[in-house]
Amino acid sequence: MDLSIGLILIQDGVTNAAIYALLALALVLVFTVTRVIFVPVGEFVSFGALTLAAFEAGKVPGTVSLLLVLGIAGALGRLWTERQSLSGRMLATIAVETIVVPALIAALVTWLAPHKPPQIVQVLLALLVVAPMGVYVYESVFRPIAEASVLVLLIVSVALHIALVGLALVFFGAEGSRTTALSDASFTLGSLFITGQSLAVLGLTLVLILALYVFFDRTLIGKALRATAVNRVGARLVGISPAFSGRIAFALAGIIGALGGILVSPLTTIYYDTGFIIGLKGFVAAIIGGLVSYPLAAGAAILVGVIESFASFWASELKEVIVFMIIVPILLVRSYGTQVLEDEE
Amino acid sequence: MSSPSRLAGIAILALAVALPFVPGVPAYWITVASYIAMAAIVALGIAVLTGVAGVVSFGQAMFVGFGAYTTAILTTRYGWSPAATLPVAMLIAGALAWGIGAITLRLKGHYLPVATIAWNISFFYLAGSLDFFRRFDGISGIPPISLLGFSVSDGVRFYFLALGLLVLAYVLTRNLLDSRVGRAMRSLRGGALAAESFGIDTGRARILAFVYAGVLAAVSGWLYAHFQRAINPTPFGITVSIDYLLMAVAGGVGHLGGAILGAGLVTVVRDKLQDLLPALLGTQGNFETIVFGIVLILILQFAPEGLWPHLRRRFASKPRRAPPGADDAPASRRRTLPGPGETVLAVSGLRKTFGGLVAVNDVSFTVQAGEIVGLIGPNGAGKSTSFNLITGVLPASGGEIALGLQPISGWPARRIARLGVARTFQHVKLVHGMSVIDNVALGRHLLGHASAVRGALRLDRAEEAAIFAEAHRQLARVGLADHADAVASELALGQQRLVEIARALCLDPVLLLLDEPAAGLRHSEKVALADLLRKVRDSGVSILLVEHDMDFVMGLTDRLVVMNFGAQLAQGRPAEIQQNPAVLEAYLGSAA
Amino acid sequence: MSAPLLWADGLCVAYGRVDAVRDVSLSVPEGSIVAILGPNGAGKTSLLGAIMGVLRARGDLRFRGQALAGRAVEQRVADGMSLVPEKRELFVTMSVEDNLRLGGFRRRGSADYGDTLEEMWRLFPRLKERRAQLAGTLSGGERQMLAMARALMSRPRLLMLDEPSLGLAPLIVKDIFRTVAALRQTGVSILLVEQNARAALELADHGYVLENGSVVLQGPASELREDERVIAAYLGIKTVAR
Repeated sequence: MDLSIGLILIQDGVTNAAIYALLALALVLVFTVTRVIFVPVGEFVSFGALTLAAFEAGKVPGTVSLLLVLGIAGALGRLWTERQSLSGRMLATIAVETIVVPALIAALVTWLAPHKPPQIVQVLLALLVVAPMGVYVYESVFRPIAEASVLVLLIVSVALHIALVGLALVFFGAEGSRTTALSDASFTLGSLFITGQSLAVLGLTLVLILALYVFFDRTLIGKALRATAVNRVGARLVGISPAFSGRIAFALAGIIGALGGILVSPLTTIYYDTGFIIGLKGFVAAIIGGLVSYPLAAGAAILVGVIESFASFWASELKEVIVFMIIVPILLVRSYGTQVLEDEE
Repeated sequence: MSSPSRLAGIAILALAVALPFVPGVPAYWITVASYIAMAAIVALGIAVLTGVAGVVSFGQAMFVGFGAYTTAILTTRYGWSPAATLPVAMLIAGALAWGIGAITLRLKGHYLPVATIAWNISFFYLAGSLDFFRRFDGISGIPPISLLGFSVSDGVRFYFLALGLLVLAYVLTRNLLDSRVGRAMRSLRGGALAAESFGIDTGRARILAFVYAGVLAAVSGWLYAHFQRAINPTPFGITVSIDYLLMAVAGGVGHLGGAILGAGLVTVVRDKLQDLLPALLGTQGNFETIVFGIVLILILQFAPEGLWPHLRRRFASKPRRAPPGADDAPASRRRTLPGPGETVLAVSGLRKTFGGLVAVNDVSFTVQAGEIVGLIGPNGAGKSTSFNLITGVLPASGGEIALGLQPISGWPARRIARLGVARTFQHVKLVHGMSVIDNVALGRHLLGHASAVRGALRLDRAEEAAIFAEAHRQLARVGLADHADAVASELALGQQRLVEIARALCLDPVLLLLDEPAAGLRHSEKVALADLLRKVRDSGVSILLVEHDMDFVMGLTDRLVVMNFGAQLAQGRPAEIQQNPAVLEAYLGSAA
Repeated sequence: MSAPLLWADGLCVAYGRVDAVRDVSLSVPEGSIVAILGPNGAGKTSLLGAIMGVLRARGDLRFRGQALAGRAVEQRVADGMSLVPEKRELFVTMSVEDNLRLGGFRRRGSADYGDTLEEMWRLFPRLKERRAQLAGTLSGGERQMLAMARALMSRPRLLMLDEPSLGLAPLIVKDIFRTVAALRQTGVSILLVEQNARAALELADHGYVLENGSVVLQGPASELREDERVIAAYLGIKTVAR
């Protein structure tokens, strides 16, 4: 292997790593705020990619029906959780947030899709369809058991992943899709051939990370989310409701996941179940960051991406094995820092 | 097991045995029943691993794969007989489980299940990409099992083999859980702290549960390979692992019956859904996975304990065997207690800092043989921290602790327990689902020796009888003999504290450390407790207690050590302490 | 006399089968300081937890005449209740100022949000000096002050303080109590849980003594100060008849 191949591998790796980093951030965000290890973040990647692919084909994506279904599930979840304090106004709010909004989105999308709007509109529409699902999933699945242990939440999370993968197969079929690049520009820098798509991925990732930074560091709502992560009891005592933080965390995770799918879909063919593996790599990065540290998780994502890229060059068949086994030495190191006698929960 | 539920179990078994002989039963049913039996063996392992030891694994299908691939490779490539590969499959799966467990089981909480996901995915791709495993094409041409020249090639014979192994696995698992090692595993649910304080190596107990579940999974994999006659990585992937977990959780994780029930339910429902849903919805798809995902979510939302407990509440009465004859059991060995005047515990210059905060600052005191010493002080004075330092739960930042002449600074709790230090906890730490007498018997853990294998094979009965005789004796001593078979968490708090004391006495202690033993007790109970503690002292055991109830402390103790702001404020006899102006000020504060 | 600000009748808190608070009735009149005293483990913290909604409780509980049953913690904050918990529960990895701003989270849109912050800086000048410092790096006394200031940011009608003197050196305790006394002037009513009986009774208008989850003694603070039974409850001296 010479330097130029190495550089290409690094470029590939970093491009993929950007997407893993996004997912890792979403996982850290959701975990710190709600204690949910959001395994189905990968499904949002699939949904984002396949929704965009449908728009490119001038079709109404299957996610529109899914959005309506999840909206209803969200309504049921809210009715159940808030059953003790329901009022007329509350019912109206719930109806608007979980039934009317998805219906409007569905109407908009159904009207626009056949017209093949410009790519940027397609991307925005895809986000509009997929991102709210995060909130509905929180309302229907996680909020009713918000006080359960991390382990129960994890099992539920995995169960949700299974259900969503099944639904993805129903709504998108087994066919894979690949979308057109966000930018088909390209240029060479020394011996390195740089694609516009790589730059678009990196650029958008950096913009999103910056936006998240501003949100968490400058806005009171962002700080409220951080406060919930730091001290759940303290947050409640100042009047930050866990549902409020949870909803925002899941909405952000939905947006990030969908965006990850939109960014990755020109790079590789996405099937209904591809998101899981992509999500798991984000997950490896998040775990390396201890599920709490954003910078560590982002750094680990780069490590995962580059290792994956080199592994696929040297031993392409064992690529996945190598990537997932990165976790073992990391966990080993962590385990030696762990106090064994501490009682869990 | 009580007779009604034993009868029910035998009836179900009889039905299962009779199934192939019922005229008109389609061969397909026998196949489904075989699948249920194979899945149930895996689920039994999960019941032990997750339900009992509290370790969630998303990787059990991998261990099934270890078993399946071991026998597939040995029989097709090296011409081994299937019967000979079973022990090898179990051994390999067990060894791999031990290795993987040694790396991953030290992880806390959610890291562990996450790691099992990573292991399983890696195994899936490894098997799918290495020639050694014949990649995703898999290995075919696996011979049927033949035992003693008897070929298990047809469906019914295989079904009986699978059923037989399931029954065997069930019996062994039940025996194991009812043994000394099984109690140690069950104790993990009461918190590692309590278990370690009674000398239980919690790390080892977790690994043991992991290995046991892995070996059971390998047995199922061995069956599977010879049933299918061809294998590929798919049935050993992460989704199948999740299926196994679903079975255990749906049935009621932690109940052996629940594991079998869950395996049956999930297998049958899946089978039906695969026929039904595409017909209903008119398209192809993995609909059953959607339904399964949703059902699992709903179970965890509305009935997190699974179906089995509901069924059992409806049909069965209270469990439990009769207590072994407490009087005719052999008298148990006693530790030699130090004579009067000897120093049992000597603490000097004890110090503990958390970051910059000094929680315990230069505390020195002794406890003499046959003495009750009280450690008192306002909230946040550092009493509990001192307690944790003495029992080895926390490492001290400085100072010396000695038991008799033996310095124990830096020792882990488990090792200190061996010297005869027993304790109770401020927040009661009993194992919730377990009976009172089993909880008390945990205190005897260190004085038994039976291994897991002896336990599973019921070779430990003599030792068990001795352990339980002692447990009953100590339970009677605290006045709870009538509650031996009650579930510990159903007792009132005061009684739970007494159970903790009985458990501590079971260790045959030299030094008894009691953390707020009177909290939550009614007046009459406090009087009884004080009487009991005096009797314990008179038998030569020394007692150190933290307590806030001053009535109780003043009336009971021989000497008091008063702490404030981490430092020692005063020492002396109760009457002196009550007159000490510094103590009065510490407790009531000076007027602001 | 107008209805009390807070009124509880037959309040019970149970952990599993164990009662931590048994049948407690109390009231906090508008503008007053009420102290809850009692030895460790008497159920004082559980009582405050029940009033704030952190713990589930049975019994009748009313705030400004309205029943509190079914209202979540954050709704009670909006109603005008605020709790400074025993463990402070600060956002340790965030700055002092952020902690305070989050204290007023429920009022984030309101016009006088900035004024309240200024008021806190006046009331706790120490905190202003350390406004950019992380809460986790503060000393014990400063943490207590920050916890109090954070609770006040929501402009509560009722401030509940759980063991404000816990783990603090005597000089700092005096400081804290001076601040509590000053708060009375701002019109907020205070429910004070304290082990430091003398200081609490010095400050309070009325006191309740809790033992084993029940009120065993109550009365005007001036009377309780002289009552030897209070001391007996703490030190277990049996010379005084119960």
